Amino acid sequence: MTIALLLVPLLLPWAAPVPARRALDRCPPAVALWTLAVSALLLAAGTVASLGALALTGLLRIPAFAALGELVHPLRTPSARLVLPLAGLAAGLLTLAALALGRSVVRQAAGLRSARSEAGRRPAAGDLCVVDSPRPDAYALPGRPHRIVVTTAMLRSLDAREREALFAHERAHNAGGHHYFLAAAELAAHCHPALRPVREDIRLATERAADETAATAVGDRRLTARAIARAALATHTADASRPAVTPAATSGPVPRRVAALLTPAARPPRALSWTAALLAACVLLSCTTAATGTIDLHQDIEVAQGEAAGH
Amino acid sequence: MSAEKDERRPAGELEAAVLAALWAAGTPLTPAQVQAELSSGLARTTVTTILTRLYDKGTLERQRQGRGYAYRPVEDPHGLTALRMHGELDRGSDRETVLARFVARLSEDDEQVLRRLLEESP
Repeated sequence: MTIALLLVPLLLPWAAPVPARRALDRCPPAVALWTLAVSALLLAAGTVASLGALALTGLLRIPAFAALGELVHPLRTPSARLVLPLAGLAAGLLTLAALALGRSVVRQAAGLRSARSEAGRRPAAGDLCVVDSPRPDAYALPGRPHRIVVTTAMLRSLDAREREALFAHERAHNAGGHHYFLAAAELAAHCHPALRPVREDIRLATERAADETAATAVGDRRLTARAIARAALATHTADASRPAVTPAATSGPVPRRVAALLTPAARPPRALSWTAALLAACVLLSCTTAATGTIDLHQDIEVAQGEAAGH
Repeated sequence: MSAEKDERRPAGELEAAVLAALWAAGTPLTPAQVQAELSSGLARTTVTTILTRLYDKGTLERQRQGRGYAYRPVEDPHGLTALRMHGELDRGSDRETVLARFVARLSEDDEQVLRRLLEESP
């Protein structure tokens, strides 16, 4: 029973990407961003708790660990032939996820630190750090103080008003703390492979949220859309010598952002759609089963330790 | 953006706009040229003040031109910053980073869709 409960949170993330994608299409970007990030984190937490509990169940079947856990009776589990391979698999997956996550954290921290120190060395104007480079590129660099980094090639491919839209977009990332959402998306994607598409949706949601803030700041949605499109085309032309990294059959994030800005802003807020309900149900079920499974295991362990009466 | 709104923006944002205009131009600009380039409601005196402040900070250098000065950004010798920053940030792919890039890479389909969207919007 406990084992079955613990398997549910491992399966649920496969159900998340479809409602997540639909939530992104229908909700205002800022709402979608919060919804997706919180859902992804909770589903990831359910996954980790389940894997941990499964691995622990297997470990405690091994006499040495049982002694370490001060178990006086054997742990009540289904047959060892089922539990041990499952526990081994769970432990392996947890280790892999932890290693991948650790590598990503170290690499990104190093990248950000060096980018910040380079930006700090350059003469700044307000929050703008210009990098003299023939490659169009622009990004928000979080930290104290927040900065926006833009290459000269990017500045030259936009006119003055489009540049204001670009700056407003990057400032929106920094002001909205969007790097925390991106970090949450990375974390979730490393915990469960089914959450990788949700990571892409969270990335798109941060961009959409920043686009909307920028459009409000410059007071012109069309101008903002044009700035994004021209920046993307300039980047693409400069990239043409490189192989395409993401050959996508469907239209990628940039055309979706541009199209969204070219449609009028205020869509009537929908009542709680079935997609949101489905996503919430996934998350709730994942958390409940993970918690119940873990509590069950805890009780079993206490029984095995002779602390509680067996039932 | 209206003139009054531009004048009331934080000093940092105005400095950023002025520096961006100078980099985009690629040649030294006088305060009048910067004002024209920005095509915003900033007063000439405001532009001059910002240029002087950036010059004092070492962000800009200037040369005599007529009765005033023409300004240009202080350049990074050999583009070292660009090399170092791109080197560090390129190691991860676009999609696995906490950096929020302005535009993601496009596929060939994306390019077609974008060009069509740009043409359709007046």
